[in-house]
This record gives sequence, structure tokens and C-alpha cells, in this order.
Amino acid sequence: MRRLAVIALPYLWLLALFLVPFVIVLKISLSDIAVAIPPYTPTLDLSEGWAGIRDFLSGLDFENFVFLTQDDLYWRAYLSSVWIAFVSTLITLAIGYPIAYGMARAAPEWRPTLLMLVILPFWTSFLIRVYAWIGILSSDGILNRVLMDLWIIDAPLQILNSTNAVYVGIVYTYLPFMVLPIYATLEKMDDALLEAAEDLGASRLGAFWLVTWPLSRGGVVAGCFLVFIPAIGEFVIPSLLGGSDTLMIGKVLWEEFFSNRDWPVASAVAIILLLILIVPIVLFQRNEQKQREREG
Amino acid sequence: MNRFSWFNATSLTLGFAFLYLPMVILVIYSFNASQLVTVWGGFSTRWYGELLRDEAFLDAAWVTVRVAVLSSTLATVLGTLAALTLVRMGRFRGRTLFSGMIYAPLVMPEVITGLSLLLLFIGIGLDRGIFTVVLAHTTFSMCYVSVVVSSRLATFDRALEEAALDLGCTPAQAFRLVTLPIIAPAVISGWLLAFTLSLDDLVIASFTTGPSATTLPIKIFSAVRLGVSPQINALSTILIGMVAIGVIAASLATKRRAVLAERDTRAAERAEG
Repeated sequence: MRRLAVIALPYLWLLALFLVPFVIVLKISLSDIAVAIPPYTPTLDLSEGWAGIRDFLSGLDFENFVFLTQDDLYWRAYLSSVWIAFVSTLITLAIGYPIAYGMARAAPEWRPTLLMLVILPFWTSFLIRVYAWIGILSSDGILNRVLMDLWIIDAPLQILNSTNAVYVGIVYTYLPFMVLPIYATLEKMDDALLEAAEDLGASRLGAFWLVTWPLSRGGVVAGCFLVFIPAIGEFVIPSLLGGSDTLMIGKVLWEEFFSNRDWPVASAVAIILLLILIVPIVLFQRNEQKQREREG
Repeated sequence: MNRFSWFNATSLTLGFAFLYLPMVILVIYSFNASQLVTVWGGFSTRWYGELLRDEAFLDAAWVTVRVAVLSSTLATVLGTLAALTLVRMGRFRGRTLFSGMIYAPLVMPEVITGLSLLLLFIGIGLDRGIFTVVLAHTTFSMCYVSVVVSSRLATFDRALEEAALDLGCTPAQAFRLVTLPIIAPAVISGWLLAFTLSLDDLVIASFTTGPSATTLPIKIFSAVRLGVSPQINALSTILIGMVAIGVIAASLATKRRAVLAERDTRAAERAEG
């Protein structure tokens, strides 16, 4: 009896507030937009019995999905979201790996402090960390003034409200997600392996490529997915730092819903976004499983 | 052998400068007397004063705190139960679906979670406001709590519980007297995580709230869209300060507990020897 209560409470909660809403999105993505409250048709009318259900089902179609393939705004937004997420992931890796490597090589008594310094920004508001860059990147911002004072540039660079600013924002806010898994694998590594490689004649760089890098690959893959997956659906960063030409699907969905009030199309955009995300999520799960097996 | 090199030192210095400089600049400019946020006009605390007199911000802060306390508490209860279900209940019908529903919200884009919950609330005719935001925040943060708590439960020595049962505890007593104290640190960090996630959330709150309940992130977002404002810098500084104090206090407490535990172990060893 008690066992049933423990299971039932979170189970029912998630059914009602996770699964059911998701089914509703699926259903609305198959409906048509209408000038009504709520602004779509058909709505299920159970008072008419089977006839109501039949009318409801015959009103559903894939029109919105066909619409998404015809208007090139949508597929360009999907492609550019994936591309922006991909490029940001590579930059985050290039910056994050040396940090994780330096942390793992630091004296053991320093490591908890360094770890805390990486985690601390994660507890700080995401919105504020994105906001901080507006004052730095704007045309009369700090970066431009420093560069102009140093005579490196003579006209301010237009970084804010461009895709480059979106890269900066994603790399900055997701950096801890890259550093932590890589650090976790590097920290466990046995230094004796490197000494052995060097004793056997490998150069320092050679030892890194032959020993350290392969051993840290699990952490690298995990870190990349932890940045790549959420970056695809990102909304805050493109809407605060991006320009009008920065297309990202999270922003498109938001505008479709709040500005155009086209709920069926917004729902269809959401469904396709999920289908795209399934691939990296499955790959990520598989990588995690492999890591766990390796650790026994 | 010490392998810490100049390369390591440089990458750590640059890395942490990248992580912290933007926030340092933000904090410095919150004390700027000038209205122009990018020009230094002397030291002043005037923006803090204006912030504290701004009713709209204070209201939003109060809404946010209430939502965060309610949702993180609910999420901690539900998330702990979910963790017990995942780790302790063995096989039951629908377990795969259950673990799927626990892990899916962790990777679900916020725009989709927000959209789907809003469509649910409209579908069942629920008036949107603080209550619906609490429901939404509880739903996604309980999944984080359950991940944190279940990793603690997985490494837990079941023999301790069995001993309590052998010594005459009822299962409920064993849970309260043995299990709960051992998983307590994980439950507390789960609560803190849920609290922070709720304080921080813009997207899901924007979808699920109504005109009566504007949270602080929604207020900040609409102010920031118009550009940089020194008031937002002041507000950010206060929030960053609270987080820094909280995290440092927590890490000092952990360190102190570790030192005390070590002293106890030593004392016990000496007593035995």
C-alpha cells in the first residue's frame, strides 16, 4: 500500500503535467488555425458521443507539417540552429579542454577551489550572464572602446546583434557543462601512464595524443552533447544578443506563438524540433552507458 | 612528479578571466553615477536606491521568491519519491515510461516544455498566475531533484536499513531515522538546485504565467530588450552577491564537516588502539 503511494504520486504528476501536455501539442499540431478561443479547430466535443469523436478525428491532418516544408523560413531556421549549436560546441571544446586539463594538473589541494570556481557561474542567473555581454559587445561597449584606445581598430566593430554575439553567448554560458565532464575523466587518469609513454620515447605532445586524449574522449563526447543539445533550442541568447538575421528555431517558435498567435504551426515546429533532438540524445545516452560500463 | 606547466597556468588564468571578467565589469558598472552605462561617471549607489524604490521590481521579486520556495519544496518531495521509485521499487509495470518521463524534461528545450504546459492549462481552463507557474516549475525541477537523490540512493548501504528493521523499526521509522538522514545532503542540494532553477527560469514562466504574476526574470528580460540599464546592473550585482555568499558558505560548511569527521575517525582509531 505504501509502495503504491510512493510510486503513484510522482507518476501521476508526470503523467498529468508532462505526458498529457505533450499529447496536446501533438494534437494541436494536426489541427487548423481558427479565429476562436482557443484559436484552433477542431475541439473534441464528447457530448456528441461517437459522432463528436469522428468529427474530431476527421478534422486532423498534416497540413501544418506540409506548410513547414514549403516555407523556407522554417527549414533554414532548423539548419541554422543546428549549425550555430555545432560551431559553438567546437569553440566551447577548444576553450574548455585546456581549462579542464589545467585543473586536473593543478595541485590536489587547489582542485576543490578550482572546481567551485567553474560551478559558481552555473548557480548565477543565466539571464544575467547573457545580459553582461550586452554592455561589453555593444558598439559603444567596453570591448570596442578598449580596442579603439589601443589603436587596434579605428571604427567600432558591430558584434552585438549578430550571429557572432550568439556564439559568444553560448560558449560563455555553457562552458561549465564542457569543463566538468572532461575534468572528471582527466582527474581519474593515472599519471604513471604518461610517464610510461615518455619513458618509451614519446614526446610530451605525442604522449598527450596517444594517452591523454583517447582516455578523455568519453568526457569530451559527454561535454559536447551537453552543450550541443540545449544550444539547438536556445531562446534567450539569440533574442538578446542575436541580430534580425540570426535564425534560431527556439526564437521562431516563440514568435509564432506570441506574435503570430498561430498555435498549430508553433506546435508543429515543436514536434519537428523534438524529432531532430532525438538523434543527439540517443547518441548521448549510448556514450553515457559506455562510460559507465568502462568504469565497471 | 609535478606536471603543472606554464601552459596549464596560462589556460587556467585566461579561462577564469573569461568566466569572471564579464560579471566583474557588470558589478563595477552598477556603481556608476552616469546614466550612460558604458561611460564611467564616478562612484555612486544611486541605482541601488532607485531599484529599491521601484515597486514593479519589488513585486516581481516577491512573486519570484514565493514561486521558488513553493515549487522547490514540492519538487523536493516529489523528486525524492521519484528517486525512491527508480532505485528501490524494483520492476513494476510502466517503469520504462516512468524513467523516460524523469529524464526527458532534462533535455527538453524550454520553449517546448513551456508551450505544452500552457496548452494544457488553457485546455483545462485553469486561470494562469502564480499557481500555474508553480505547477510548471515543480514539474521540471522534480526531475533534477530525482537525479541528484537517486545517485545518492544508489551508493547507499541497504544493510543499515535492514539493521534498523531487525532492531524493531517499522519501515516508516527506518526511513525517517536511517534513510532520510543519510540522503539528507542530496535532498538539500536537490532543493537548492530546484530553487535556483525556479529563480532563473524565464522561458517556461513566460509561457505559463498570466498578467497577474510577473516574475523577476520576465521583468529583467523586458527591461533588457530595451538595452542596458544601470538598474539591471544593480539588481544583477545583488543576485550575484547572494549566490556567491551562498556557495562559499556551503563549501565552508562542507569542509568543516569533513574536518570534524576526520577528527572523529582519528579519535575512534586512538580509542581502539
